[in-house]
Amino acid sequence: MTPLLDVQGVSAGYGDVRIVHGVSIHVEAREIVTIIGPNGAGKSTLLKAVFGAIRPTEGRVILEGRDVAGLSAFQMVQAGAGFVPQTENVFPSLTIRENLEMGAYRRQQGVNERIDELLDRFPELARRPNETAGRLSGGQRQALAMCRALMLEPRLLLLDEPTAALSPIMREEIFAQIVAIRDSGVAVLMVEQNAREALEISDRGYVLVNGQNALEQSGAEMLANPEVGRLFLGRVESGAIEADAPGAEGSR
Amino acid sequence: MTEFAQLLVVGVVVGSIVGLGAMGLTLAFGILKFANFAHGDMMTLGMFLAYAVYTRLDGTAMGPFSVGLAMVPAMLIAMAGVGLVAASVDQTVYRRLRRRGSASITMAIASLGVAIMVRAVIQLIWGPTPVRYATGINVAWTLPFGLRMRPDQVLIVIAMFALAVGLYLLLFKTRLGKAMRATSDNPALADISGIDTERIRAATWMIAGALIAVAGVMFGVQSQLKFDAGFEFLLPMFAAVILGGVGNPWGALAGGMVVGISQEVSTLWIPTGYKTAVPFVLLTVMLIVRPRGLFGPKG
Ligand SMILES: Nc1ncnc2c1ncn2[C@@H]1O[C@H](COP(=O)(O)OP(=O)(O)OP(=O)(O)O)[C@@H](O)[C@H]1O
Ligand SMILES: [Mg+2]
Repeated sequence: MTPLLDVQGVSAGYGDVRIVHGVSIHVEAREIVTIIGPNGAGKSTLLKAVFGAIRPTEGRVILEGRDVAGLSAFQMVQAGAGFVPQTENVFPSLTIRENLEMGAYRRQQGVNERIDELLDRFPELARRPNETAGRLSGGQRQALAMCRALMLEPRLLLLDEPTAALSPIMREEIFAQIVAIRDSGVAVLMVEQNAREALEISDRGYVLVNGQNALEQSGAEMLANPEVGRLFLGRVESGAIEADAPGAEGSR
Repeated sequence: MTEFAQLLVVGVVVGSIVGLGAMGLTLAFGILKFANFAHGDMMTLGMFLAYAVYTRLDGTAMGPFSVGLAMVPAMLIAMAGVGLVAASVDQTVYRRLRRRGSASITMAIASLGVAIMVRAVIQLIWGPTPVRYATGINVAWTLPFGLRMRPDQVLIVIAMFALAVGLYLLLFKTRLGKAMRATSDNPALADISGIDTERIRAATWMIAGALIAVAGVMFGVQSQLKFDAGFEFLLPMFAAVILGGVGNPWGALAGGMVVGISQEVSTLWIPTGYKTAVPFVLLTVMLIVRPRGLFGPKG
Protein backbone atom coordinates (compact mmCIF):
# COMPACT_ATOMS: atom_id res chain seq x y z
CA MET A 1 0.00 0.00 0.00
CA THR A 2 1.31 3.46 -0.79
CA PRO A 3 1.68 5.75 2.19
CA LEU A 4 -0.73 8.63 2.75
CA LEU A 5 2.17 11.07 2.67
CA ASP A 6 5.49 10.26 1.06
CA VAL A 7 8.17 12.94 1.27
CA GLN A 8 11.11 12.01 -0.96
CA GLY A 9 14.43 13.84 -0.73
CA VAL A 10 12.97 17.26 -0.07
CA SER A 11 15.28 20.27 0.21
CA ALA A 12 14.04 23.70 1.21
CA GLY A 13 15.16 26.96 2.76
CA TYR A 14 14.71 30.71 2.75
CA GLY A 15 16.09 32.69 -0.19
CA ASP A 16 19.53 31.32 -0.94
CA VAL A 17 19.93 29.70 2.46
CA ARG A 18 19.19 26.00 2.34
CA ILE A 19 17.99 24.63 5.65
CA VAL A 20 16.54 21.20 4.83
CA HIS A 21 18.75 18.86 2.79
CA GLY A 22 17.12 15.94 1.00
CA VAL A 23 14.87 14.74 3.81
CA SER A 24 12.63 11.70 3.31
CA ILE A 25 9.75 10.77 5.61
CA HIS A 26 6.45 9.03 5.20
CA VAL A 27 3.16 8.84 7.04
CA GLU A 28 0.66 6.02 6.72
CA ALA A 29 -3.08 6.54 7.06
CA ARG A 30 -4.21 6.81 10.71
CA GLU A 31 -0.66 7.10 11.99
CA ILE A 32 0.83 9.55 14.45
CA VAL A 33 4.37 10.39 13.41
CA THR A 34 6.62 12.68 15.42
CA ILE A 35 9.70 14.56 14.26
CA ILE A 36 12.17 15.54 16.95
CA GLY A 37 15.50 17.29 16.73
CA PRO A 38 17.54 20.13 18.21
CA ASN A 39 16.53 23.77 17.91
CA GLY A 40 17.16 25.11 14.44
CA ALA A 41 17.41 21.64 12.90
CA GLY A 42 14.90 22.67 10.26
CA LYS A 43 11.85 20.86 11.61
CA SER A 44 9.48 23.78 11.08
CA THR A 45 11.03 24.46 7.71
CA LEU A 46 10.37 20.86 6.68
CA LEU A 47 6.70 21.08 7.70
CA LYS A 48 6.31 24.37 5.84
CA ALA A 49 7.90 22.83 2.74
CA VAL A 50 5.62 19.79 2.92
CA PHE A 51 2.58 22.02 3.22
CA GLY A 52 3.60 24.46 0.52
CA ALA A 53 3.97 27.44 2.82
CA ILE A 54 7.46 27.58 1.29
CA ARG A 55 8.38 25.95 -1.99
CA PRO A 56 10.70 22.93 -1.87
CA THR A 57 13.74 23.35 -4.12
CA GLU A 58 14.21 19.62 -4.59
CA GLY A 59 12.38 16.37 -4.03
CA ARG A 60 8.84 15.11 -4.20
CA VAL A 61 5.90 15.38 -1.84
CA ILE A 62 3.32 12.70 -2.63
CA LEU A 63 -0.04 13.02 -0.93
CA GLU A 64 -2.48 10.19 -1.61
CA GLY A 65 -0.53 9.21 -4.72
CA ARG A 66 -0.42 12.71 -6.15
CA ASP A 67 2.72 14.88 -6.36
CA VAL A 68 1.82 18.04 -4.50
CA ALA A 69 5.32 19.58 -4.24
CA GLY A 70 5.14 23.21 -5.26
CA LEU A 71 1.41 23.54 -4.69
CA SER A 72 0.47 26.58 -2.65
CA ALA A 73 -0.70 26.22 0.93
CA PHE A 74 -4.12 27.17 -0.32
CA GLN A 75 -4.12 24.26 -2.79
CA MET A 76 -2.83 21.87 -0.13
CA VAL A 77 -5.95 22.53 1.89
CA GLN A 78 -8.02 21.45 -1.08
CA ALA A 79 -5.80 18.40 -1.52
CA GLY A 80 -6.76 17.19 1.96
CA ALA A 81 -4.11 18.47 4.35
CA GLY A 82 -4.36 20.80 7.35
CA PHE A 83 -1.54 22.73 8.99
CA VAL A 84 -1.18 24.36 12.40
CA PRO A 85 1.95 26.53 12.52
CA GLN A 86 4.17 26.81 15.59
CA THR A 87 3.16 30.37 16.48
CA GLU A 88 0.47 32.88 15.48
CA ASN A 89 -1.89 30.08 14.57
CA VAL A 90 -5.21 31.81 15.30
CA PHE A 91 -6.76 35.05 14.02
CA PRO A 92 -6.64 37.13 17.22
CA SER A 93 -9.31 39.69 16.36
CA LEU A 94 -11.79 37.10 15.11
CA THR A 95 -14.10 35.20 17.43
CA ILE A 96 -13.75 31.46 18.07
CA ARG A 97 -16.61 30.77 15.71
CA GLU A 98 -15.22 33.07 13.01
CA ASN A 99 -11.81 31.40 13.29
CA LEU A 100 -13.49 28.08 12.58
CA GLU A 101 -15.49 29.56 9.71
CA MET A 102 -12.22 30.67 8.15
CA GLY A 103 -11.01 27.07 8.27
CA ALA A 104 -13.92 26.18 5.98
CA TYR A 105 -13.79 29.26 3.79
CA ARG A 106 -13.80 27.07 0.70
CA ARG A 107 -17.02 25.39 1.66
CA GLN A 108 -20.55 26.78 1.66
CA GLN A 109 -22.53 23.88 3.09
CA GLY A 110 -22.43 22.07 6.39
CA VAL A 111 -20.10 24.59 7.98
CA ASN A 112 -22.18 25.16 11.09
CA GLU A 113 -22.67 21.42 11.57
CA ARG A 114 -18.92 20.87 11.35
CA ILE A 115 -18.29 23.70 13.83
CA ASP A 116 -20.73 22.14 16.32
CA GLU A 117 -19.14 18.75 15.80
CA LEU A 118 -15.65 20.06 16.61
CA LEU A 119 -16.76 22.27 19.47
CA ASP A 120 -18.40 19.23 21.03
CA ARG A 121 -14.91 17.87 21.58
CA PHE A 122 -13.72 21.12 23.18
CA PRO A 123 -16.20 22.25 25.83
CA GLU A 124 -13.83 25.08 26.82
CA LEU A 125 -14.27 26.62 23.38
CA ALA A 126 -17.92 25.67 23.02
CA ARG A 127 -18.83 27.64 26.15
CA ARG A 128 -18.01 31.01 24.57
CA PRO A 129 -18.00 30.83 20.77
CA ASN A 130 -18.14 34.62 20.49
CA GLU A 131 -14.99 35.31 22.48
CA THR A 132 -12.19 36.82 20.38
CA ALA A 133 -9.29 34.40 19.94
CA GLY A 134 -6.77 36.98 21.14
CA ARG A 135 -8.18 36.61 24.65
CA LEU A 136 -7.78 32.84 24.88
CA SER A 137 -5.14 31.02 26.91
CA GLY A 138 -2.29 29.22 25.17
CA GLY A 139 -3.96 25.82 25.43
CA GLN A 140 -7.29 27.10 24.18
CA ARG A 141 -5.59 28.80 21.26
CA GLN A 142 -3.85 25.58 20.32
CA ALA A 143 -7.13 23.68 20.52
CA LEU A 144 -8.81 26.33 18.38
CA ALA A 145 -5.99 26.22 15.84
CA MET A 146 -6.31 22.45 15.56
CA CYS A 147 -10.08 22.69 15.14
CA ARG A 148 -9.61 25.32 12.44
CA ALA A 149 -7.28 22.98 10.55
CA LEU A 150 -9.79 20.14 10.89
CA MET A 151 -12.75 22.07 9.50
CA LEU A 152 -12.45 20.66 5.99
CA GLU A 153 -11.98 17.11 7.26
CA PRO A 154 -8.39 16.63 6.06
CA ARG A 155 -6.82 13.17 5.91
CA LEU A 156 -3.52 14.56 7.16
CA LEU A 157 -2.90 17.08 9.92
CA LEU A 158 0.50 18.76 10.33
CA LEU A 159 1.19 20.16 13.79
CA ASP A 160 4.24 22.26 14.64
CA GLU A 161 5.01 22.01 18.36
CA PRO A 162 1.39 21.83 19.51
CA THR A 163 2.35 21.78 23.20
CA ALA A 164 5.14 24.37 23.23
CA ALA A 165 4.85 26.72 26.21
CA LEU A 166 1.87 24.86 27.70
CA SER A 167 1.50 23.67 31.29
CA PRO A 168 1.90 19.92 31.90
CA ILE A 169 -1.85 19.53 32.37
CA MET A 170 -2.62 21.34 29.13
CA ARG A 171 0.05 19.29 27.36
CA GLU A 172 -1.60 16.11 28.47
CA GLU A 173 -4.97 17.37 27.24
CA ILE A 174 -3.62 18.38 23.83
CA PHE A 175 -1.86 15.03 23.39
CA ALA A 176 -5.10 13.26 24.32
CA GLN A 177 -6.88 15.34 21.68
CA ILE A 178 -4.26 14.39 19.11
CA VAL A 179 -4.95 10.72 19.84
CA ALA A 180 -8.66 11.39 19.47
CA ILE A 181 -8.04 13.12 16.15
CA ARG A 182 -6.07 10.11 14.93
CA ASP A 183 -8.82 7.79 16.14
CA SER A 184 -11.31 9.79 14.09
CA GLY A 185 -9.33 8.77 11.00
CA VAL A 186 -6.87 11.62 10.50
CA ALA A 187 -3.14 10.93 10.24
CA VAL A 188 -0.99 13.32 12.27
CA LEU A 189 2.55 14.47 11.49
CA MET A 190 3.92 16.60 14.30
CA VAL A 191 7.08 18.28 15.43
CA GLU A 192 7.59 18.20 19.18
CA GLN A 193 10.10 19.34 21.80
CA ASN A 194 8.27 17.45 24.52
CA ALA A 195 9.69 14.37 22.93
CA ARG A 196 8.88 11.78 25.58
CA GLU A 197 5.17 12.56 25.77
CA ALA A 198 4.95 12.87 21.99
CA LEU A 199 6.71 9.57 21.32
CA GLU A 200 4.48 7.82 23.82
CA ILE A 201 1.48 8.40 21.57
CA SER A 202 3.39 8.04 18.28
CA ASP A 203 3.49 5.07 15.96
CA ARG A 204 6.81 6.21 14.57
CA GLY A 205 9.36 8.93 15.00
CA TYR A 206 12.10 10.67 13.04
CA VAL A 207 15.12 12.52 14.30
CA LEU A 208 16.18 15.47 12.19
CA VAL A 209 19.65 16.96 12.72
CA ASN A 210 21.15 19.82 10.71
CA GLY A 211 18.38 19.55 8.16
CA GLN A 212 19.02 15.86 7.48
CA ASN A 213 17.47 12.52 8.40
CA ALA A 214 19.33 11.11 11.40
CA LEU A 215 17.08 8.29 12.58
CA GLU A 216 13.75 6.58 11.94
CA GLN A 217 12.23 4.18 14.49
CA SER A 218 8.91 3.22 16.00
CA GLY A 219 7.81 5.37 18.91
CA ALA A 220 8.53 2.60 21.40
CA GLU A 221 11.97 1.92 19.95
CA MET A 222 12.87 5.58 20.21
CA LEU A 223 11.77 5.78 23.80
CA ALA A 224 14.02 2.82 24.53
CA ASN A 225 16.93 4.10 22.42
CA PRO A 226 19.72 5.25 24.79
CA GLU A 227 21.11 7.74 22.28
CA VAL A 228 17.71 9.38 21.77
CA GLY A 229 17.18 9.25 25.52
CA ARG A 230 20.43 11.06 26.21
CA LEU A 231 19.96 13.74 23.56
CA PHE A 232 16.24 14.44 23.46
CA LEU A 233 14.45 12.85 26.38
CA GLY A 234 16.86 13.97 29.08
CA ARG A 235 17.15 12.39 32.43
CA VAL A 236 14.12 13.37 34.43
CA GLU A 237 16.21 15.08 37.09
CA SER A 238 18.41 17.11 34.70
CA GLY A 239 15.80 18.48 32.33
CA ALA A 240 18.55 20.11 30.27
CA ILE A 241 17.46 18.60 26.97
CA GLU A 242 18.22 21.38 24.57
CA ALA A 243 21.53 22.39 26.14
CA ASP A 244 23.40 19.26 25.14
CA ALA A 245 21.70 18.63 21.83
CA PRO A 246 24.09 18.78 18.87
CA GLY A 247 23.85 21.80 16.60
CA ALA A 248 21.65 23.72 19.00
CA GLU A 249 21.50 27.34 17.91
CA GLY A 250 18.61 28.73 19.89
CA SER A 251 16.76 30.10 16.91
CA ARG A 252 14.05 31.55 19.11
CA MET B 1 -21.41 80.17 20.68
CA THR B 2 -23.50 80.00 17.51
CA GLU B 3 -20.40 80.60 15.49
CA PHE B 4 -18.75 77.66 17.23
CA ALA B 5 -21.78 75.43 16.63
CA GLN B 6 -21.92 76.50 13.01
CA LEU B 7 -18.26 75.59 12.52
CA LEU B 8 -18.98 72.31 14.25
CA VAL B 9 -21.63 71.53 11.65
CA VAL B 10 -19.28 72.32 8.81
CA GLY B 11 -16.63 70.26 10.56
CA VAL B 12 -18.92 67.25 10.68
CA VAL B 13 -19.51 67.57 6.93
CA VAL B 14 -15.81 67.82 6.16
CA GLY B 15 -15.18 65.05 8.67
CA SER B 16 -17.68 62.83 6.88
CA ILE B 17 -15.77 63.17 3.62
CA VAL B 18 -12.40 62.63 5.27
CA GLY B 19 -13.79 59.72 7.30
CA LEU B 20 -15.30 58.01 4.26
CA GLY B 21 -11.99 58.14 2.46
CA ALA B 22 -10.03 57.16 5.56
CA MET B 23 -12.16 54.04 6.11
CA GLY B 24 -11.09 52.68 2.73
CA LEU B 25 -7.50 53.79 3.25
CA THR B 26 -7.19 52.06 6.61
CA LEU B 27 -8.90 48.91 5.33
CA ALA B 28 -6.40 48.68 2.47
CA PHE B 29 -3.55 49.44 4.87
CA GLY B 30 -4.61 46.58 7.14
CA ILE B 31 -4.88 44.01 4.36
CA LEU B 32 -2.26 45.17 1.86
CA LYS B 33 0.21 46.27 4.56
CA PHE B 34 1.34 49.49 2.96
CA ALA B 35 0.37 53.17 2.89
CA ASN B 36 -1.41 53.87 -0.38
CA PHE B 37 -0.43 57.38 -1.45
CA ALA B 38 -2.59 57.08 -4.57
CA HIS B 39 -5.77 57.14 -2.46
CA GLY B 40 -6.23 60.92 -2.80
CA ASP B 41 -5.96 60.84 -6.58
CA MET B 42 -8.37 57.90 -6.72
CA MET B 43 -10.78 60.27 -4.96
CA THR B 44 -10.30 62.77 -7.77
CA LEU B 45 -10.85 60.01 -10.30
CA GLY B 46 -14.13 59.18 -8.56
CA MET B 47 -15.41 62.74 -8.72
CA PHE B 48 -14.51 63.08 -12.40
CA LEU B 49 -15.93 59.71 -13.44
CA ALA B 50 -19.21 60.74 -11.85
CA TYR B 51 -18.90 64.08 -13.62
CA ALA B 52 -18.44 62.36 -16.98
CA VAL B 53 -21.59 60.31 -16.48
CA TYR B 54 -23.69 62.99 -14.80
CA THR B 55 -23.13 65.61 -17.47
CA ARG B 56 -24.33 63.13 -20.10
CA LEU B 57 -27.55 62.49 -18.21
CA ASP B 58 -30.45 64.78 -17.37
CA GLY B 59 -28.93 67.09 -14.80
CA THR B 60 -32.12 68.66 -13.44
CA ALA B 61 -31.73 69.28 -9.75
CA MET B 62 -33.95 67.31 -7.43
CA GLY B 63 -35.87 69.04 -4.64
CA PRO B 64 -33.67 71.17 -2.43
CA PHE B 65 -30.43 69.55 -3.62
CA SER B 66 -28.04 70.99 -6.15
CA VAL B 67 -27.83 67.75 -8.12
CA GLY B 68 -30.51 65.49 -9.55
CA LEU B 69 -31.35 61.81 -9.37
CA ALA B 70 -28.96 61.20 -12.24
CA MET B 71 -26.22 61.48 -9.64
CA VAL B 72 -27.21 58.06 -8.33
CA PRO B 73 -26.20 56.11 -11.44
CA ALA B 74 -23.25 58.48 -11.92
CA MET B 75 -21.99 57.69 -8.44
CA LEU B 76 -22.52 53.95 -8.82
CA ILE B 77 -20.52 53.96 -12.04
CA ALA B 78 -17.81 56.03 -10.37
CA MET B 79 -17.68 53.54 -7.49
CA ALA B 80 -17.31 50.57 -9.82
CA GLY B 81 -14.86 52.47 -12.03
CA VAL B 82 -12.49 53.49 -9.25
CA GLY B 83 -12.75 50.02 -7.71
CA LEU B 84 -11.78 48.41 -11.00
CA VAL B 85 -8.94 50.84 -11.60
CA ALA B 86 -7.60 50.21 -8.09
CA ALA B 87 -7.85 46.44 -8.51
CA SER B 88 -6.15 46.59 -11.93
CA VAL B 89 -3.32 48.70 -10.56
CA ASP B 90 -2.90 46.04 -7.89
CA GLN B 91 -2.71 43.31 -10.51
CA THR B 92 -0.18 45.15 -12.65
CA VAL B 93 1.95 46.91 -10.03
CA TYR B 94 1.59 45.85 -6.41
CA ARG B 95 1.07 42.15 -7.05
CA ARG B 96 4.44 41.84 -8.74
CA LEU B 97 6.09 43.59 -5.82
CA ARG B 98 4.27 41.27 -3.38
CA ARG B 99 5.44 38.21 -5.28
CA ARG B 100 9.01 39.43 -4.94
CA GLY B 101 8.49 39.95 -1.23
CA SER B 102 9.04 43.70 -1.49
CA ALA B 103 9.12 45.78 1.69
CA SER B 104 6.05 47.86 2.43
CA ILE B 105 8.06 51.05 1.92
CA THR B 106 8.74 49.92 -1.67
CA MET B 107 5.02 49.43 -2.21
CA ALA B 108 4.26 52.84 -0.69
CA ILE B 109 6.74 54.54 -3.03
CA ALA B 110 5.26 52.66 -5.98
CA SER B 111 1.85 54.00 -4.95
CA LEU B 112 3.31 57.50 -5.11
CA GLY B 113 4.15 56.78 -8.75
CA VAL B 114 0.61 55.55 -9.33
CA ALA B 115 -0.72 58.73 -7.70
CA ILE B 116 1.25 60.96 -10.06
CA MET B 117 0.14 58.92 -13.06
CA VAL B 118 -3.55 58.98 -12.14
CA ARG B 119 -3.41 62.72 -11.54
CA ALA B 120 -1.70 63.30 -14.89
CA VAL B 121 -4.31 61.23 -16.73
CA ILE B 122 -7.13 63.14 -15.03
CA GLN B 123 -5.56 66.44 -16.02
CA LEU B 124 -5.11 65.17 -19.56
CA ILE B 125 -8.76 64.14 -19.92
CA TRP B 126 -10.59 66.82 -17.95
CA GLY B 127 -8.08 69.66 -18.12
CA PRO B 128 -6.72 71.98 -15.45
CA THR B 129 -9.77 74.26 -15.16
CA PRO B 130 -12.17 73.55 -12.29
CA VAL B 131 -15.68 72.37 -13.22
CA ARG B 132 -18.89 71.76 -11.29
CA TYR B 133 -21.58 69.10 -11.28
CA ALA B 134 -24.28 71.76 -11.26
CA THR B 135 -24.54 75.52 -11.26
CA GLY B 136 -27.05 77.40 -9.16
CA ILE B 137 -27.25 77.96 -5.45
CA ASN B 138 -28.02 75.35 -2.86
CA VAL B 139 -30.24 77.28 -0.43
CA ALA B 140 -29.40 76.46 3.17
CA TRP B 141 -31.93 75.11 5.63
CA THR B 142 -32.21 76.82 8.96
CA LEU B 143 -31.92 74.33 11.77
CA PRO B 144 -32.77 74.90 15.45
CA PHE B 145 -30.53 77.39 17.31
CA GLY B 146 -30.11 79.39 14.12
CA LEU B 147 -27.71 76.86 12.63
CA ARG B 148 -27.60 76.66 8.89
CA MET B 149 -26.92 73.58 6.81
CA ARG B 150 -27.25 73.13 3.09
CA PRO B 151 -29.33 70.14 1.91
CA ASP B 152 -26.26 68.84 0.06
CA GLN B 153 -24.37 68.76 3.34
CA VAL B 154 -27.13 66.78 5.03
CA LEU B 155 -26.86 64.30 2.19
CA ILE B 156 -23.13 63.95 2.77
CA VAL B 157 -23.55 63.15 6.45
CA ILE B 158 -26.29 60.63 5.69
CA ALA B 159 -24.16 58.96 3.03
CA MET B 160 -21.31 58.65 5.49
CA PHE B 161 -23.54 56.98 8.09
CA ALA B 162 -25.10 54.65 5.54
CA LEU B 163 -21.73 53.52 4.21
CA ALA B 164 -20.29 53.07 7.69
CA VAL B 165 -23.20 50.79 8.57
CA GLY B 166 -22.82 48.99 5.25
CA LEU B 167 -19.12 48.44 5.87
CA TYR B 168 -19.85 47.14 9.35
CA LEU B 169 -22.34 44.62 7.99
CA LEU B 170 -19.88 43.58 5.31
CA LEU B 171 -16.96 43.08 7.67
CA PHE B 172 -18.84 41.31 10.45
CA LYS B 173 -21.75 39.54 8.79
CA THR B 174 -20.45 38.27 5.46
CA ARG B 175 -17.98 35.52 4.59
CA LEU B 176 -15.96 37.91 2.46
CA GLY B 177 -15.77 40.48 5.24
CA LYS B 178 -14.67 37.95 7.83
CA ALA B 179 -12.00 36.69 5.45
CA MET B 180 -10.86 40.29 4.97
CA ARG B 181 -10.48 40.69 8.73
CA ALA B 182 -8.66 37.35 8.90
CA THR B 183 -6.28 38.40 6.13
CA SER B 184 -5.68 41.68 7.92
CA ASP B 185 -4.88 39.76 11.14
CA ASN B 186 -2.46 37.29 9.55
CA PRO B 187 -2.15 36.85 5.78
CA ALA B 188 0.07 33.77 6.03
CA LEU B 189 -2.40 32.00 8.29
CA ALA B 190 -5.23 33.01 5.97
CA ASP B 191 -3.40 31.26 3.11
CA ILE B 192 -2.84 28.18 5.24
CA SER B 193 -6.52 28.12 6.17
CA GLY B 194 -7.49 27.86 2.53
CA ILE B 195 -8.53 31.47 1.94
CA ASP B 196 -7.61 32.71 -1.52
CA THR B 197 -5.89 35.83 -0.23
CA GLU B 198 -5.27 37.24 -3.71
CA ARG B 199 -9.02 37.38 -4.24
CA ILE B 200 -9.43 39.00 -0.84
CA ARG B 201 -6.91 41.65 -1.86
CA ALA B 202 -8.76 42.29 -5.11
CA ALA B 203 -12.03 42.65 -3.20
CA THR B 204 -10.37 45.02 -0.75
CA TRP B 205 -9.25 47.29 -3.58
CA MET B 206 -12.76 47.27 -5.03
CA ILE B 207 -14.27 48.25 -1.70
CA ALA B 208 -11.65 50.87 -0.84
CA GLY B 209 -12.05 52.24 -4.37
CA ALA B 210 -15.83 52.40 -4.10
CA LEU B 211 -15.63 54.21 -0.74
CA ILE B 212 -13.13 56.78 -1.95
CA ALA B 213 -15.23 57.37 -5.06
CA VAL B 214 -18.20 58.27 -2.85
CA ALA B 215 -15.97 60.62 -0.85
CA GLY B 216 -14.94 62.23 -4.13
CA VAL B 217 -18.52 62.68 -5.31
CA MET B 218 -19.61 64.04 -1.94
CA PHE B 219 -16.84 66.57 -2.01
CA GLY B 220 -17.63 67.47 -5.60
CA VAL B 221 -21.31 68.02 -4.87
CA GLN B 222 -20.60 70.89 -2.50
CA SER B 223 -17.47 72.26 -4.12
CA GLN B 224 -15.70 72.42 -7.46
CA LEU B 225 -13.89 69.62 -9.20
CA LYS B 226 -10.21 70.08 -9.79
CA PHE B 227 -7.52 67.63 -10.85
CA ASP B 228 -5.71 67.94 -7.51
CA ALA B 229 -8.75 68.18 -5.22
CA GLY B 230 -8.40 64.63 -3.93
CA PHE B 231 -4.67 64.91 -3.41
CA GLU B 232 -5.35 67.69 -0.93
CA PHE B 233 -7.37 65.21 1.11
CA LEU B 234 -4.50 62.75 1.36
CA LEU B 235 -2.91 64.26 4.45
CA PRO B 236 -6.19 64.71 6.38
CA MET B 237 -7.09 61.10 5.50
CA PHE B 238 -3.76 59.79 6.74
CA ALA B 239 -4.16 61.86 9.90
CA ALA B 240 -7.58 60.23 10.40
CA VAL B 241 -6.13 56.75 9.84
CA ILE B 242 -3.35 57.30 12.37
CA LEU B 243 -5.72 58.91 14.88
CA GLY B 244 -8.06 55.94 14.63
CA GLY B 245 -5.33 53.33 14.80
CA VAL B 246 -4.13 51.79 11.54
CA GLY B 247 -6.43 49.06 10.22
CA ASN B 248 -9.47 50.14 12.24
CA PRO B 249 -12.30 51.48 10.01
CA TRP B 250 -14.43 52.90 12.86
CA GLY B 251 -11.34 54.53 14.29
CA ALA B 252 -10.66 56.06 10.90
CA LEU B 253 -14.21 57.40 10.74
CA ALA B 254 -13.91 58.91 14.21
CA GLY B 255 -10.45 60.18 13.28
CA GLY B 256 -11.98 61.81 10.20
CA MET B 257 -14.49 63.59 12.42
CA VAL B 258 -11.74 64.81 14.74
CA VAL B 259 -9.75 66.09 11.77
CA GLY B 260 -12.74 67.74 10.09
CA ILE B 261 -14.07 69.39 13.23
CA SER B 262 -10.74 70.61 14.57
CA GLN B 263 -9.82 71.96 11.17
CA GLU B 264 -13.00 74.03 10.92
CA VAL B 265 -13.25 75.08 14.56
CA SER B 266 -9.61 76.16 14.52
CA THR B 267 -10.63 79.09 12.32
CA LEU B 268 -12.09 80.72 15.43
CA TRP B 269 -8.52 81.41 16.50
CA ILE B 270 -6.29 81.12 13.46
CA PRO B 271 -6.61 82.61 9.96
CA THR B 272 -8.65 80.36 7.64
CA GLY B 273 -5.71 80.00 5.31
CA TYR B 274 -3.84 78.04 7.95
CA LYS B 275 -6.55 75.53 8.77
CA THR B 276 -5.14 72.93 6.39
CA ALA B 277 -2.12 72.73 8.70
CA VAL B 278 -4.32 71.39 11.51
CA PRO B 279 -4.40 67.74 10.33
CA PHE B 280 -0.65 67.91 9.94
CA VAL B 281 -0.26 69.11 13.52
CA LEU B 282 -2.69 66.44 14.75
CA LEU B 283 -0.79 63.77 12.86
CA THR B 284 2.56 64.86 14.25
CA VAL B 285 1.34 65.15 17.83
CA MET B 286 -0.37 61.79 17.58
CA LEU B 287 2.69 60.04 16.21
CA ILE B 288 4.72 61.40 19.12
CA VAL B 289 2.21 60.90 21.91
CA ARG B 290 0.17 57.85 20.89
CA PRO B 291 1.42 56.21 17.71
CA ARG B 292 -1.08 53.37 18.12
CA GLY B 293 -4.00 55.74 17.70
CA LEU B 294 -6.74 56.99 19.98
CA PHE B 295 -8.33 53.58 20.27
CA GLY B 296 -5.18 51.53 20.72
CA PRO B 297 -4.22 48.48 18.72
CA LYS B 298 -6.98 46.42 17.18
CA GLY B 299 -7.65 42.99 18.59
N1 LIG C 1 11.45 32.88 7.78
C1 LIG C 1 12.76 32.57 7.87
N2 LIG C 1 13.67 33.23 7.13
C2 LIG C 1 15.00 32.93 7.20
N3 LIG C 1 15.50 31.97 7.99
C3 LIG C 1 14.66 31.27 8.75
C4 LIG C 1 13.25 31.54 8.74
N4 LIG C 1 12.65 30.69 9.61
C5 LIG C 1 13.65 29.93 10.13
N5 LIG C 1 14.84 30.28 9.61
C6 LIG C 1 16.14 29.66 9.93
O1 LIG C 1 16.09 28.31 9.54
C7 LIG C 1 16.75 27.49 10.47
C8 LIG C 1 15.85 26.34 10.88
O2 LIG C 1 14.69 26.89 11.47
P1 LIG C 1 13.43 26.01 11.84
O3 LIG C 1 12.42 26.93 12.38
O4 LIG C 1 13.05 25.15 10.70
O5 LIG C 1 14.04 25.10 12.97
P2 LIG C 1 13.27 24.18 14.00
O6 LIG C 1 13.93 22.85 13.91
O7 LIG C 1 11.83 24.24 13.80
O8 LIG C 1 13.68 24.85 15.37
P3 LIG C 1 12.82 25.12 16.69
O9 LIG C 1 12.96 23.92 17.51
O10 LIG C 1 13.50 26.30 17.28
O11 LIG C 1 11.41 25.40 16.29
C9 LIG C 1 17.17 28.39 11.63
O12 LIG C 1 18.53 28.67 11.51
C10 LIG C 1 16.36 29.63 11.42
O13 LIG C 1 17.07 30.76 11.85
MG1 LIG D 1 10.22 25.00 14.83
